[in-house]
Amino acid sequence: MDTLHDLLGPAWLPIWTLVKIVAIVAPLMLCVAYLTYVERKVIGYMQVRIGPNRVGPIGLLQPIADAVKLMFKEIIVPSGANKGLFFLGPILVIAPALAAWAVFPFTDKLVLANIDAGLLYIMAITSMGVYGVVVAGWASNSKYAFLGAMRSSAQIVSYEIAMGFALVGVLMAAQSLNLVDIVNHQAGGFWQWYWLPLFPLFIVYLIAGVAETNRAPFDVAEGESEIVAGFHVEYSGMAFAVFFLAEYANMILIAGLTSIMFLGGWLSPFPFLPDGFFWIAAKMSFVLFLFLWFRATFPRYRYDQIMRLGWKVFIPVTLVWILVVGAAMQTPYGHLFH
Amino acid sequence: MEFKSLVFYFLSTILVLAALRVITARNPVHSALALVLAFFTGAGLWLLLEAEFLAITLVLVYIGAVMVLFLFVVMMLDINLEELRKGFWSYLPAGLLVAGLMVVEMVMVLGGKDLGLGTPAPHGADYSNIKELGRLLYTDYVYPFELAAVLLLVAMVAAIALTHRKRGDTRQMNPADQVKVKRADRIRMVSMKPVKPEPPKSDEDEE
Repeated sequence: MDTLHDLLGPAWLPIWTLVKIVAIVAPLMLCVAYLTYVERKVIGYMQVRIGPNRVGPIGLLQPIADAVKLMFKEIIVPSGANKGLFFLGPILVIAPALAAWAVFPFTDKLVLANIDAGLLYIMAITSMGVYGVVVAGWASNSKYAFLGAMRSSAQIVSYEIAMGFALVGVLMAAQSLNLVDIVNHQAGGFWQWYWLPLFPLFIVYLIAGVAETNRAPFDVAEGESEIVAGFHVEYSGMAFAVFFLAEYANMILIAGLTSIMFLGGWLSPFPFLPDGFFWIAAKMSFVLFLFLWFRATFPRYRYDQIMRLGWKVFIPVTLVWILVVGAAMQTPYGHLFH
Repeated sequence: MEFKSLVFYFLSTILVLAALRVITARNPVHSALALVLAFFTGAGLWLLLEAEFLAITLVLVYIGAVMVLFLFVVMMLDINLEELRKGFWSYLPAGLLVAGLMVVEMVMVLGGKDLGLGTPAPHGADYSNIKELGRLLYTDYVYPFELAAVLLLVAMVAAIALTHRKRGDTRQMNPADQVKVKRADRIRMVSMKPVKPEPPKSDEDEE
């Protein structure tokens, strides 16, 4: 590797960074593909069906077949659509979904950019995802798409506040915005992770994460039974697939962030077992399974109930718990909140 | 040219073009999106100035929240641009005055060296300006900070109070009551004797 370094000279840094980016994005895309497969299988078994089982052994090649099909489909642009913005929509959705992974620590060494303001960066980047939805809904020049875009923007803006407050609790406990520091601060096994002292925030973050990614039971932005497919009703082929990729990449991101903030990241739950990438993968899989479980279990929320839950339940709960954490830190019991 | 200046000129070019698009675009949605781009490149420029916290906050607050609401409103309005552009040129004197003032201010800031304002020394990579900013806000500037917070709170309460009018004919539901509903409130179990259905009539016309 040193010889490569000497050979490339000043071009070394950009090339090496690009290699690292590919090393994150390529497995991520593979995970997205197989998450769709797992989702169909898990929901299938929960509904006493078998799920995809035709392409490849036990249906394992189904995501590949889906991807190939989507790639060869024609992309239809509605005649009344605003063409430039119509194609900008999917780009604006996928870009933040991938950019957020830049500061995501897989282990304490395995992180692309270990920056001090990592938590803030992730909050800022993920808050931009809503533009893609809004632009796509508006540019399609379709009533259903427009309704979906409006529902989605109102929902995402509302739940972002609760999510932000939940993260404020985490950074108060960890005294740092650096994601690696936040995990290191939870060292000491299962009972030291932040899910316990910050339990209300953990629950709020998890549920708000489902709402942020427009997943069932908060998927009113798509709402098949009311507005067909919501903001992406006019999209076909790869343009539709990009929305799909972004939704699942965001799901994996939220699962990863939940594992880092509240479930101890790559730390092992038992002090006698070594830490490592395995643990964060296991925790993310668990949270993703919860996402699928929710989808199979709960009927869709009504729109006004979603707004009520976000503004009148989650935001007060997080505010009160931030106050509790802040007050407890001034007492002799402060060590319970680290 | 140094790499940093290259980035600066790249971002500045995009920023100026985006700002021009904000006022020249015929479609208000395009204007709003150009403003988003302007904010984003502005945040990039702030990053170059080592103001990471401010840059990220700009993205988080202005792009993530304020502009979404802007876009939300602009999208729903049916704006007649011809109507809006009527009398556009009559604002020219006021516009020129504001522009002139801004140019003077910019010259004073950028020519700060000549006016006796030094440039701050750059900090090392391990320097965290978030901590410094937090410390200053909550110690030296705590009263102005709290005043600004109270001002924002008052503005928020006022905005809600002004727009929230109770109309007599709106029906509202009480979620607590909805949750408390028991099965017995909604369905009534009726016990019925099993009745054998009549055999269907002869089906001549059906063949």
